[in-house]
Amino acid sequence: MAGTAVLRPVTWRSARVVGLRDETATARTITLVVRDWPGHIAGQHVDVRLTAPDGYSAVRSYSIASAPNSDGRIEITVERLPNGEVSPYLTKELMVGDDLELRGPIGGWFVWRRGQTEPIQLVAGGSGIVPLMAMIRSRASAGSFAPFRLLYSVREPGAVFYRDELQALSDQDHSVIVTYAYTRVTPKDSPRPPGRIDAMLIAAGTWPSDLGPTSYVCGPTSFVENATDLLIAAGHGRENIRTERFGATGERK
Amino acid sequence: MAIISRGFAGRRSAAEAKLPPGQYLTTDFPVLSAGPTPHISLDRWEFTIDDGSRVLKRWDWKSFRELPSETITVDIHCVTRWSKLGTSWEGVSLDVLLADVKTDSPYAMFRSYGDYTTNLPLKGVLNKQAWVAFKFDGADLAPEHGGPARLLVPHLYLWKSAKWVKGMTLMEHDKPGFWEGLGYHIYGDPWLEQRYSDQ
Amino acid sequence: MSAPMNYLDGNAAGGELSRIFAMDITSAEGQCANCGAKRRFAEAHLYVQCPGLVVRCTHCGHVLLRLVKTHQHVFLDLRGMTYLSVDAAQQEASN
Repeated sequence: MAGTAVLRPVTWRSARVVGLRDETATARTITLVVRDWPGHIAGQHVDVRLTAPDGYSAVRSYSIASAPNSDGRIEITVERLPNGEVSPYLTKELMVGDDLELRGPIGGWFVWRRGQTEPIQLVAGGSGIVPLMAMIRSRASAGSFAPFRLLYSVREPGAVFYRDELQALSDQDHSVIVTYAYTRVTPKDSPRPPGRIDAMLIAAGTWPSDLGPTSYVCGPTSFVENATDLLIAAGHGRENIRTERFGATGERK
Repeated sequence: MAIISRGFAGRRSAAEAKLPPGQYLTTDFPVLSAGPTPHISLDRWEFTIDDGSRVLKRWDWKSFRELPSETITVDIHCVTRWSKLGTSWEGVSLDVLLADVKTDSPYAMFRSYGDYTTNLPLKGVLNKQAWVAFKFDGADLAPEHGGPARLLVPHLYLWKSAKWVKGMTLMEHDKPGFWEGLGYHIYGDPWLEQRYSDQ
Repeated sequence: MSAPMNYLDGNAAGGELSRIFAMDITSAEGQCANCGAKRRFAEAHLYVQCPGLVVRCTHCGHVLLRLVKTHQHVFLDLRGMTYLSVDAAQQEASN
């Protein structure tokens, strides 16, 4: 097995929109059937390319939200950014039946493989939940018993993606434990005032470092740096923390 | 053959103003950078002109700000295709900075805090074509836009307007800077759409 | 902190770089030619808000890799890395 590298070029493929589902007031999940899809690992992303009739194109990366499967279908969840160029199109214009170009799956480091058995700590900031949800879904569809905890930071309750599904998972399967952190507006019954993740929340809402978990932190860069620093201060080794930063990716020609 | 995305137009909007080819108008001010924003304290800041072996001129912030400056309104064009019209700056002209410098060197490499460099012919920065700017829109130039001071060369693509500029090295022969050495055009005139070296 | 953090990480460059490398280098280990630090490519700091793509060492800030796409060429500068090491067996999408 060792030494047999399979070098698969990552080329643009066409994908057809077969489903659209609103997650929140500003985010939508898009279901795509992808031509010749090779399958993916939870945590990977795709690059989506839009081309205007005059040839102008824009490329953006979106994490795959769905669990690995063999039916050539993936889901991505797109948040509409106020000054976005691509996200308003994907969340408002795109219709079932439209075609998109995408490239992927991409990413070999920020992934959770079904053979992993160690405790997993997921830390999500805003739309950073998307690749982590793919990991949670991958665990469920594989029937894995790996203990998972999710610390999910959002601005306010209406911004939570996949709330019902997360609720059902944590109700039925007590080894997926979900803790929410609200940074601007909390629900009425919240025990904490609104605020960023801090050392107290890490202590109360994440696996202790002596369990040897692998942590995955995803969200805007400043969120990832803050959460990573807190995990390290709580005793986690940097080599056990994997990160993925989301942010403005600028123009492409 | 790319798939055309039905109904996608991108960020561009129709502009009545005349723009260089391939540009679109923006009303905001995108922040582009190849690295972290340096934070330079004014008591450390310097601008030097050297010839590769000797320093010919040096200003600290105090002496730099005592030089005559001017307010200019110019259009700026970024190679990533956005253009911003009627931007207002205050700065010291390169004509003032090079006034007492006797040189036959036709070229200069401008150097910034951080590791950015860009090359320019002296003919392209003299005669009211370039400034070391320290104010934008009447206020001190913000760090993410190149403050305390940046080079401003509005007649060329904005990558030539080196942010966080700290000096210039006079050169006998033209040598490519940070982007010019990796595929961008050695000169960069937006009106001739000189974006890349392979055109 | 007052200034927004203007970088992403090597994950976001995986697609672009796969055009040149014909494989995914995000899980590759790279060594910085300036300070010798060895890190995963996915964890390096990526600057894309500029006329190209610039990857920097998280330890010393030196440029590890730069990429520019012109109309006809892709220019790649790899001088900032002593090496990139890829786990050959893991290039297969395995779950």
